[in-house]
Amino acid sequence: MTTAPDQPDADAPKWPDAPRGTTGPGDPTRPTEPPREARRISRRAVLGMAGVGLAGAGLAGGFLAGSAAARTAAPSAGPAEGDGAFAFTGEHQAGITTPVQDSLHFATWDVTTQDRDEVVALLRAWTLAAARMTQGLPAGEFGPVSGPYDAPPDDTGEAEGLPASGLTITFGFGPSFFTAADGSARFGLDGRKPDLLADLPHFPGDMLEDARCGGDLAVQACANDPQVAVHAIRNLARIAFGTASVRWSQLGYGRTSSTTTAQPTPRNLFGFKDGTANITSEESAATDEHVWVAPGDGADWLAGGSYLVARRIRMTIETWDRAPLREQETIVGRTKGSGAPLSGGDERTEPDFEAAGRGGVPLIDAASHVRLAHPTSNGGARMLRRGYNYTDGSDGLGRLDAGLFFLAYVRDPATQYVPMQNALAKHDLMSEYLRHTGSGIWAVPRGIAEGATLGGDEGAFVGQELFA
Amino acid sequence: MTRSRATHAAAPLLAAALLVPLLAACTPNDPAAAGSDGSAAGSAKLTVDSSADACTLSAAEAPSGNIVFTVTNTGDDVTEFYLLAEDGLRIVSEVENIGPGISRDLVLTAKPGEYVTACKPGMIGDGIRSDFTVTDSGKDIEPTGAVADQIALASTNYVAYVKDQTEQLLEGTQEFVAAYEAGDDEAAKALYAPVRVHWERIEPVAESFGDLDPKMDLREADLEEGQEWTGWHLLEKDLWQPAPEANGGETYVALTPEQRTQYADQLLADTQELFDRTHEASFADGIDAPAIGNGAKGLLDEVATGKVTGEEEIWSHTDLWDFQANVDGAKVAYDGLRDVVSAKDEELATTLDERFATLQGLLDEQRQGDGFVLYTDLTPEQVKALSQAVDSLSEPLSQLTAAVVL
Repeated sequence: MTTAPDQPDADAPKWPDAPRGTTGPGDPTRPTEPPREARRISRRAVLGMAGVGLAGAGLAGGFLAGSAAARTAAPSAGPAEGDGAFAFTGEHQAGITTPVQDSLHFATWDVTTQDRDEVVALLRAWTLAAARMTQGLPAGEFGPVSGPYDAPPDDTGEAEGLPASGLTITFGFGPSFFTAADGSARFGLDGRKPDLLADLPHFPGDMLEDARCGGDLAVQACANDPQVAVHAIRNLARIAFGTASVRWSQLGYGRTSSTTTAQPTPRNLFGFKDGTANITSEESAATDEHVWVAPGDGADWLAGGSYLVARRIRMTIETWDRAPLREQETIVGRTKGSGAPLSGGDERTEPDFEAAGRGGVPLIDAASHVRLAHPTSNGGARMLRRGYNYTDGSDGLGRLDAGLFFLAYVRDPATQYVPMQNALAKHDLMSEYLRHTGSGIWAVPRGIAEGATLGGDEGAFVGQELFA
Repeated sequence: MTRSRATHAAAPLLAAALLVPLLAACTPNDPAAAGSDGSAAGSAKLTVDSSADACTLSAAEAPSGNIVFTVTNTGDDVTEFYLLAEDGLRIVSEVENIGPGISRDLVLTAKPGEYVTACKPGMIGDGIRSDFTVTDSGKDIEPTGAVADQIALASTNYVAYVKDQTEQLLEGTQEFVAAYEAGDDEAAKALYAPVRVHWERIEPVAESFGDLDPKMDLREADLEEGQEWTGWHLLEKDLWQPAPEANGGETYVALTPEQRTQYADQLLADTQELFDRTHEASFADGIDAPAIGNGAKGLLDEVATGKVTGEEEIWSHTDLWDFQANVDGAKVAYDGLRDVVSAKDEELATTLDERFATLQGLLDEQRQGDGFVLYTDLTPEQVKALSQAVDSLSEPLSQLTAAVVL
């Protein structure tokens, strides 16, 4: 990986002094650009340096920002972690194995048109805008501060001056996208819905609210600056008016999982480390086995994609905080400090469910979270988790409306998610402190090929294989 | 209606337009056809440096089609930039009021030919001029025809519409006030929503008279501490008197006959004032294409923030009458400009036609007798569907003004 210069390349074509709105040679319409350096680069400067050829291509998943590798590549520049840009294109959509960013804005839409061409036009417009925004460019050609003076700007402006901030935008199609309420196929997609893309069953203890469930389309926007993530969803929503309408959205912060070994395991709002056993992007065999849909899995258009399961899990924070440390650790099955399994060792030590203490009682309770969620309790099933904490203020009784916005990517939700959630809902000691209030499942298509042309009436778009 | 646009270039400046504002590229729904060469929507982008004594363009020519001039004022006085026809007289397009240090874009679609550019620091004289050439790119550029005539006609028609509505409003208010003052509450209630329709159809015009709007249309929630409440909604509350639990726990005290007469007469006098002002010659001068376009958008904004939420008529719940009236007013404004829009951006016109029709279809489903069902009779799903249709229309409607100015 090469280091980008501090200044725009003097040899780069001279674009007018139009802030950010001007597309330059680094425009995502030419997505062959290799990933850029993780540096504190203003959105404006991105334009200038976009023409610089960087030789850092070839990273799996096309990520670099904020990773240890990126930082060591530019030791002298004092890089600010997480400012850089991830490639929008690649075999898989960005935002899955990408190192988990700090902030989330997740939103789902209901498609309001019946017209297949309008849906395709929306996906094309979304793809172009997403490609631009992930590279630190405004959503539209002119940007927030230029263009016709009597027209609203084509970008809303709150990300002006902010760096790309590791923004990734990941798109998915829900079951209701394919099938209308009366069971008929929508948008000519007869027979295209993967069998595995079925609404999740009712789990014991579910307290789902309709206004937090489902959606024809879902977009996960993650960034290291919450304003950048919100900006992305806001501008996509604006583009969708008349074609699709926001059904619900969720903000998240403080990632509760890590997807690379370089990221320390974060803590959830119970105060425990979460996601120690998560699949990381370095485990290419594990991602192939557990995350990416393979040809022959049932829906060939989805090959290279994945299934996204989202659950809004409210934690009864106040009662949890009154639980003795003994109970808290028993419930989780790990220590609150280091995250080591109660059978001993450190955070990365495999739990020993056979280890027993006085009187032959297992050190890790059989109904603990770590035991029930462990692959050995679930036929070897694993998932790539990418959840966030959320706090939506307080409820009318003065209690925090807070918890975990669970996001997981799996190759087969029927074997990797449903049985485990059934087991957890029935037996997990933690269930007493959890309320599942939102839910959804979406098929997440493969990525846009590098070098594809975006925009216009012919450009490549996310989910193109589905409409082929 | 926005009065600040009163100084906008009047019809003579719009004559024989060769250029149309670039709209397709800034419509959010359009991905702007970014080319595989990385160019932005095929736009030619130029810079103009307007200093105290120079007007420097980054190039003296550009290919026909979409052109963006980014004009930066590097001088100390307010400046303007003009693109003039070959004769150096006819204004093809312009940006005004660029303060020192500020940049502004002039976005247009140009046909091949010879032009003259001019910076006018200090906004006086002929400006600093240069020749400018638009070469033939082979792109098909729609001729705009008699745009100026169409806009002039639209303005005339819209002024006539506003006058007509104020006449009907005045007439209706007289009837309403008579019934109310006579204590005939049933008659007054029956007149309330149908009369207010004429107000709601031209609401941005009424709001442009900053002193009249708060006297006539303030809601109780809009009052500041100690402010006297007058106008339609005060009488609304007195006609649909709330129970204590809907009135902050306080027992509603009905207006006395003297108070009724006082406030109703005041409303009538204010309505007469509105009528008089809209019938002055100076009123028509302020109604130009941007005023009409922004007025249409403003009416839909009213729907989105007040009517679809049921906040406008919290005692009578006749919000759907207002809703329909706002849409009526926006549709009239748009219809007047439709030929102009259609010539410049047919896709925008088609979209607006469709979305007006969709919204009207949803409203028609709620008709009952001569009016509508009460807001409180709507299901949450119906409110959501109406809200979505308003959003769907409002987004392209926000492009209307830019589509009808040069």
